[in-house]
Amino acid sequence: MLLRILRSPAIWIALIVVIIAATLPLYVSGYVLGLLTIAYYFGVFSMAWDLLFGFANEVNFGPTFLIGLGAYTAGILDNLYQPPIWVCVLAGTSAAVVGGVILALPALRLRGPYFGLTTLVAVLMLQNFVVVAAGLTGGEIGLTVPDVLSIDDKVNYWIALGFMAISGAALYGLSRSPVGLILQASGQDPVQAAALGFNVTKHKLAAFIVSAFFSGLAGALMVFYLGAASVGTFIDVTVGVQVIIGAVIGGRRTILGAAIGAIFLIAMGETLRPLGDLATFIVSAMALVVVLLFPSGFVGMIARRREAT
Amino acid sequence: MLLWQILIDGFAISSLYALGATGFTLIFGVSGVLNLSHGSLMVAAAVAAWALGASFGGSYVGAIFGALVALLLSVVTYFLVVRPLQQTKRIREEEKEIFILTATLLWGIMIQEAIAYLFTNNAKTVLPIVGGVVTIAGVRTPANEIFTAAICWLAIGALWLLVNRTQVGKTVLAASMNPRGVTLLGVELSIVYIAVWAIYGILAGIAGVLLGMFLGVSSYSAGPLTASAFSIVVLGGLGSVSGSLIAAYVVGYLETLTAYLASPAYRTIPALLLLVVVMYIRPRGLLGRR
Repeated sequence: MLLRILRSPAIWIALIVVIIAATLPLYVSGYVLGLLTIAYYFGVFSMAWDLLFGFANEVNFGPTFLIGLGAYTAGILDNLYQPPIWVCVLAGTSAAVVGGVILALPALRLRGPYFGLTTLVAVLMLQNFVVVAAGLTGGEIGLTVPDVLSIDDKVNYWIALGFMAISGAALYGLSRSPVGLILQASGQDPVQAAALGFNVTKHKLAAFIVSAFFSGLAGALMVFYLGAASVGTFIDVTVGVQVIIGAVIGGRRTILGAAIGAIFLIAMGETLRPLGDLATFIVSAMALVVVLLFPSGFVGMIARRREAT
Repeated sequence: MLLWQILIDGFAISSLYALGATGFTLIFGVSGVLNLSHGSLMVAAAVAAWALGASFGGSYVGAIFGALVALLLSVVTYFLVVRPLQQTKRIREEEKEIFILTATLLWGIMIQEAIAYLFTNNAKTVLPIVGGVVTIAGVRTPANEIFTAAICWLAIGALWLLVNRTQVGKTVLAASMNPRGVTLLGVELSIVYIAVWAIYGILAGIAGVLLGMFLGVSSYSAGPLTASAFSIVVLGGLGSVSGSLIAAYVVGYLETLTAYLASPAYRTIPALLLLVVVMYIRPRGLLGRR
């Protein structure tokens, strides 16, 4: 199994790309590094989402519910008691996992759009909670966190890159493992998968927990990179939409493609920023073209071309 | 006094929700599409009515123009976004739903951003068609609020007549029950779909223009409007029109009650809680069909 993963070219290309990316701080500006740091965290968000969407076949409209839980739990804890950062990050991750289980257990009984709506409602409720409990969460103004991961751009960049690489490897490995295959089968034909003796609900729940783990961890780390948390950066539905678009244009069911899509999206958004409102329009239009004409995304296109030749 | 105020205000906003959700559920019932660009369509109609009303001063002309814009956009949505995905062979049948959701979401964002670019993000209030204030049971109510509720019910009534009493409506109904059977009877299914999207566009347009008069809209309203239509329709049961109507009133009154008795800031919370509870107890919604 491990050998088969090592033999697939995707993993070697990814490794080379990561090594090249690791040398970037030597010759690009701090501005670009900051942008990429954010993009890498979004990459993890999208990869975690793809595990649910691509493999478990569940549209989670609320990736930001998990991200926000992780980010805000870590941020609030740090704000109140200033424990070491890793304690906060751990707490944030656990909160996301617990929240994910609470959300998923009943929600997995629901199908398709009903599941999607429940996850969307979870985001709206969390958003309302943050605004209403302003004393604790900073409300609409946002929460400032006293500690940061590092004050050095380069260190922050390497942490984000390393984190994305490890998460990517873990999620990719999982998706190609026997468990990942069962998950894929459960997503595509739950009835048949159950008839073959696999516990569909258990596998989907496990996928949700893994997705929540990485989303929460990434959210918590990103808080300590930004030094602040706000509804607009972690919870708002538009953030969730960005995570979703990244995963879809990168390529469904590819995990690594999701990260590429998310990084591309952040970079595009920043490049087009001078255009103001038109920037979002162009990015959405491009994403729509990808969805309509190349439904398997960037990575899917390349994979198909390789199969054809 | 307060009770009457809540009853009257709640009735107007609920009627508006009902009209918005009816079109949304119609599209789902007939073609199985959840159109996530719904809110953007409503906002586009309101902004069009506002722009024309402001430059020509005719609120009637503006309102009709707004509904026409929504009609046009709705048909474009069908041809540009929904139809290509429904007919493509590159996406597996069971995955199409997810792709249509994503694509209509993106399309909605595009409309929303185009509006923001052309007309800025500022909130716009469409000139009311009926001016003045009437007093009902001691509550001073803008006459336009009553007009809004009346138009909503007229539109819903017209839709009911159309579906149940005309040949077109019966064909649409049949297509929602058994598309293959209708094709075998010699009906071109695409024409049915175009008709449904056109009807949906007009309904969403009317709802959007009325909302623009009642509460005002900005490009930011698109997302929340889609979300509220989505939750009302799911609460009532996907595909069930009467369920949507009941759910619209439940949500509308819950929101008004909360806004008056607690605080406008908490407006949406009880409705969301109710939705979660209903989802867990009755996953198919109040009147959902199995």
